Amino acid sequence: MSWRELPIGGIILEAGNSVKRKTGDWRVLRPVIDQERCVRCYICWMYCPDGVIEIRDTPYRTKAGRIWNITFEIDYDYCKGCGICAQECPVKAIELVEEVK
Amino acid sequence: MSSIYRIRGVRDLPREELFAPGHGLCAGCTAGTVIRHLLKISGRNTIVVNATNCVEVSTTMYPYTSWRVPWIHVAFENAAAVASGIETALRVMARKGLIDPNKRINIVVLAGDGGTYDIGLQALSGMLERGHRVMYVLYDNEAYMNTGIQRSGSTPLHAWTTTTPVGKVLRGKMQPKKPIAEIVAAHRIPYVATANIAYPIDMDQKFLKGLQVEGPSFIHVLQPCPTGWRFDPRYGIEVGRLAVETAMWINWEITMGDFKVTVRVPKRKHVKHYLRIQGRFRDLSEEEIEEIQELINKEVERINRMAGEEVIGPLAE
Ligand SMILES: Cc1ncc(C[n+]2csc(CCOP(=O)(O)OP(=O)(O)O)c2C)c(N)n1
Ligand code: SF4
Ligand code: SF4
Ligand code: SF4
Ligand SMILES: [Mg+2]
Repeated sequence: MSWRELPIGGIILEAGNSVKRKTGDWRVLRPVIDQERCVRCYICWMYCPDGVIEIRDTPYRTKAGRIWNITFEIDYDYCKGCGICAQECPVKAIELVEEVK
Repeated sequence: MSSIYRIRGVRDLPREELFAPGHGLCAGCTAGTVIRHLLKISGRNTIVVNATNCVEVSTTMYPYTSWRVPWIHVAFENAAAVASGIETALRVMARKGLIDPNKRINIVVLAGDGGTYDIGLQALSGMLERGHRVMYVLYDNEAYMNTGIQRSGSTPLHAWTTTTPVGKVLRGKMQPKKPIAEIVAAHRIPYVATANIAYPIDMDQKFLKGLQVEGPSFIHVLQPCPTGWRFDPRYGIEVGRLAVETAMWINWEITMGDFKVTVRVPKRKHVKHYLRIQGRFRDLSEEEIEEIQELINKEVERINRMAGEEVIGPLAE
C-alpha cells in the first residue's frame, strides 16, 4: 500500500478489523473448559479482557443427564492465556494447560 | 441510547461485542474488561473520544482498530475539549435538522490517570463547568503505563514506579493519591461515581446512570495493570477485589449531590493482603505498610461520616 491509497487523516474505515491480528500466538497457557463441570454462570465471559469467551446456543447434556441450553467456548485464535477466567471460575471448571510447541 | 434500561445481573448484558479482539493490550490487562462493559452499556450509538494512553495505542494499531463504534484520538491533554466540541456540533446539527433530534448519541471520553489527574485536568474542568452532556470515563492504573510506568497524581503512597524508586532516599511515591473524583464532584455535575472491574455489575449500573443524565458525568474505574503493578496476569480481578475488601478503594456515587456507598464492606481486611500480591509494594517495611493502613483508617472514618452510617466496617483480618 502506498501513501496515495491511505484515507486522509489516518482514518481506519473498517470497524473492528483488528480481528485480522490473531493474538492467540501470545499464549503460553491454554485455558480449557470442562463442560461437565461448568455451571454456566457467565463469570468467565464477564471478566475476560479480550472478550474471547463465546456463549453458544449449543445444548450440552452432562453424563449425569443434566441438560444445559448454552455452552461457553474459548476462541483460541485470540485468547492470550492470561488465566483470569481460570482464576475467577467459581467451580474451577477451567484448567490452564501448558502450550507445547 | 442503548436498549438496556436496567441491569440487575450479568444475564441482562448484551452478548454483542463492540470491542473486537486482536488488540494489543497486555495479556490480562483489565482495561479490556472495562471497555467491553462500557460498550455493552452504551451500545452502538456512541462516539468514543480517546486520550493518548495504553488503550489508545493498543486498540488502534494502524491500519487496524478494535472499535466497532466511531472513535477519535486527538492528543493527550484535550480529550474533554474534543468531546465538548463533538457534543456541541451534534446539538447544532440536530437543531438544523441535519440529524434526527430524537436520536440519543452517547459521547464518551476514555482517558487514563495521567491524562486526567495531571495533563487533561484543565480541559476536563472546562467541560464540566460548561455542562456538556459527555460521560468521562477515567480508567485508573495509577501511573503513566504506556510510556513505561512513570508516577502520576494517581499513584498511591509508597508505590514503586520507574520515577519513584524504592531505595534509601526515596521510598516509592512520597505523596498520597489525589482525590480526583471528589475534585470533579466539586464542579457539582449531575453524576460522579467510582467503580472497580471486580464489581462489573456495579460498574455497569454506573455507566448506565452516567449516560442517562442531562449533563456531564464522571466514572472513575480502578483498573489493575499486571505489567505496571507487577503481578501475574491471572490476578487482575482478584487485585481489584482486594482493593475493595481492604477499603484501599471504595465504590461510591454522588447523584445530584447525594452521596452513597454502593459496595458496602461489613468487615475490612488489612491492607497487607492487597499490597502483598503486587510487586510494586514489595520492598515496603512494616512501618510503611502501617502508614498506608493508617491512611485508610482515616479515609474510612471520613467516608462513614459522609454516608451517615457505618458503610465500611472495622478492620477484621
Ligand atoms: C503532550 C504529551 N506528552 C507526553 C506524551 C507521551 N505519552 C503518551 S501516553 C503517555 C502515558 C499515558 O498515561 P495514562 O494517561 O495514565 O494512561 P495509561 O497509558 O497508563 O493507560 C504519555 C506520557 C504525549 N503523547 N503527549
Ligand atoms: S466461570 Fe466456570 S462455571 Fe462459570 S461459565 Fe465460565 S467455565 Fe462455566
Ligand atoms: S485466558 Fe484470558 S484471554 Fe483467554 S479466555 Fe481466559 S480470560 Fe480470556
Ligand atoms: S501496561 Fe498495563 S494498562 Fe497498559 S496495556 Fe499493559 S496491562 Fe494494560
Ligand atoms: Mg495510567
